[in-house]
Amino acid sequence: MAEQNNSQECSIRILTDKCTGCTLCVKTCPFGAITMRDKKAVIDFGKCTLCGACVATCEFKAIELTVCKVQPKADLSAYKGVWVFAEQKKGAIQSVVYELLGKGRELANDLGVELSCILIGDGAERKAQELFWRGADNVYLVEDPKLKNYMDEPYTNVIVELVKEFKPEILLYGATSIGRSLASRVAVKLYTGLTADCTGLAIDKEKKLLLQTRPAFGGNIMATILCENYRPQMSTVRHKVFKEAVVDKAKTGRIIKKSYSGNLYDSRTKLLEIKEEESATVNLTEANIIVSGGRGLGKPENFKIIEELAKVLGGAVGASRSAVDAEWIPYSHQVGQTGKTVCPKLYIACGISGQIQHLAGMSSSDIIVAINKDPNAPIFSMATYGIVGDLNEVVPVLTQKFKEVLKK
Amino acid sequence: MNIIVCIKQVPDTQDIRINPETNTLMREGVQSIVNPFDMYAIEEALRIKEKLGGKITVLSMGPKQAEDALREAISMGADEMVLMSDRAFAGSDTWATSYTLAKGIQKLGKFDLIICGKQAIDGDTAQVGPGIAATLDIPQVTYVKKTEEIKEGIARFERMTEEGYEVIETPLPCLITVVKEINIPRLPSLKGKIKAKQAPVVILTAKDIDADPEKLGLKGSPTVVRKIFTPPKRTGGQILQGDTNESVNKLVEALKDVVISSGKT
Repeated sequence: MAEQNNSQECSIRILTDKCTGCTLCVKTCPFGAITMRDKKAVIDFGKCTLCGACVATCEFKAIELTVCKVQPKADLSAYKGVWVFAEQKKGAIQSVVYELLGKGRELANDLGVELSCILIGDGAERKAQELFWRGADNVYLVEDPKLKNYMDEPYTNVIVELVKEFKPEILLYGATSIGRSLASRVAVKLYTGLTADCTGLAIDKEKKLLLQTRPAFGGNIMATILCENYRPQMSTVRHKVFKEAVVDKAKTGRIIKKSYSGNLYDSRTKLLEIKEEESATVNLTEANIIVSGGRGLGKPENFKIIEELAKVLGGAVGASRSAVDAEWIPYSHQVGQTGKTVCPKLYIACGISGQIQHLAGMSSSDIIVAINKDPNAPIFSMATYGIVGDLNEVVPVLTQKFKEVLKK
Repeated sequence: MNIIVCIKQVPDTQDIRINPETNTLMREGVQSIVNPFDMYAIEEALRIKEKLGGKITVLSMGPKQAEDALREAISMGADEMVLMSDRAFAGSDTWATSYTLAKGIQKLGKFDLIICGKQAIDGDTAQVGPGIAATLDIPQVTYVKKTEEIKEGIARFERMTEEGYEVIETPLPCLITVVKEINIPRLPSLKGKIKAKQAPVVILTAKDIDADPEKLGLKGSPTVVRKIFTPPKRTGGQILQGDTNESVNKLVEALKDVVISSGKT
């Protein structure tokens, strides 16, 4: 019974006098925690996560969510400014940083605050200028030979110190293998919120809060998440979700150098070696164009025709899980739920039927092209353009025509 | 080697369908499964144990029915299982989940290695693994695609990156999160299935783990969900008609501009 729940501080209950038994909440609950009994909604507390989706959907205000009021831990008004973690590898700023600066500028303008970057490395100072050109007002620079390559612990320590001293209200990271590992550690150390893989960021102008929207359940539902009582509000964002800030070479900014003594730069883990795979891993997540192959290729040799098209278009090669499981192509090419999530400008799916797990990894691509001989393949239901036909026949012709058009 | 594997029970997305009329999730008949990435974590623990000996404890936080996921791990060969289940844990975000699991792990005593899947397929955050490591203040190696060697309190792993991989050495105890490439999970044996049926499950509640109640569940979670909605449905566009030549010509015409502009950036 819902009423038994009253002893809990955070609780949800059905107001049975208001519940009309319309079952809207049952359909909305992402966790399948609501059922109907005697024409009234009943919540299964074993499954309920108190997400509040049902509360928002109930037209009769028959569901009451009591959120225990948490007192802000600190004076939140002391936190000002939007920060971006300027991820660098071998001294090169990652493109996702410019995308974060593009969105970060909008957020900073809406809040009327400055936009800043954290730049950590060794000999990274010359890169600060690129960040100014992309709109950063300030760059917090921390340099040391020990910080040359990303390591979880020292980078976490440095960011924690910077946040404690300069108190940004928002801190954004790329959802890269570095950003995701780093931000999670920073969030724990600072005791603040972190929202993964945001596809939408905006400011609630009234409350001055960051509205963080992200997909869940393989993109089947979207959730808007808030971090009201803790600072900074932190998000990770995947490649290509936001538009890059445009370069303005007239812009300059301020470098704030910090260095730390003691064992702050020490790492218990040691980086012994960095191995880069050849062109094979043309970074899928950064590619503007991806040509993917699936089971419909029939045999591993046929990946050649996928590679040729990708080459002509200047794109990367992706694959469905079944093609990877058949060992036709390495796992690093796999797109989908258990592989990579991508959102290129153009995604060409060849011989991929479009199972929900694959769609979860590429459905936010700008343009989707499907080439499949089965006219009923689910991929066609979301493709911008479809060609029903044998890919072994269609793709080589497509490659040839593009060669002519692009004069290659 | 004392190995702890953290697993999560998730809805099988293969079963999830969207109701085309209401554009909402249809959950009827959706099975619960062990998060696929956690299967690689269980398998890796088994392989390490086979080489070095030791004990594998599987740990999960969730409702009572998550016990099924733990039993599956036992049937594959894990030794013991612990379920953290309490109404006080409801509404946990990744911060509170990391905290709760870390507190449970501390309760279990000495360990050498914690293995997690790189992320769960329902939330896709990849935050809880590193979150546990940070709460316990131990080193972490995320996105591990190969265990190279574990010897005398030192381990060496290959960590997958966007460009390839890194070789990372770490002292134990440490936490790793694993990717699909690391292994192929075994099927449960008949003996394992029988063992799994009979094995006892240890239940840990909020009272058992010496946790700060202010840091548990919804109350301890810095993030809250303000609203949940279904994204506008992506509708299929046009099927290009004609023979191969005609349809390909139409496609090239439609894509020409985007291909040319993409090449420039």
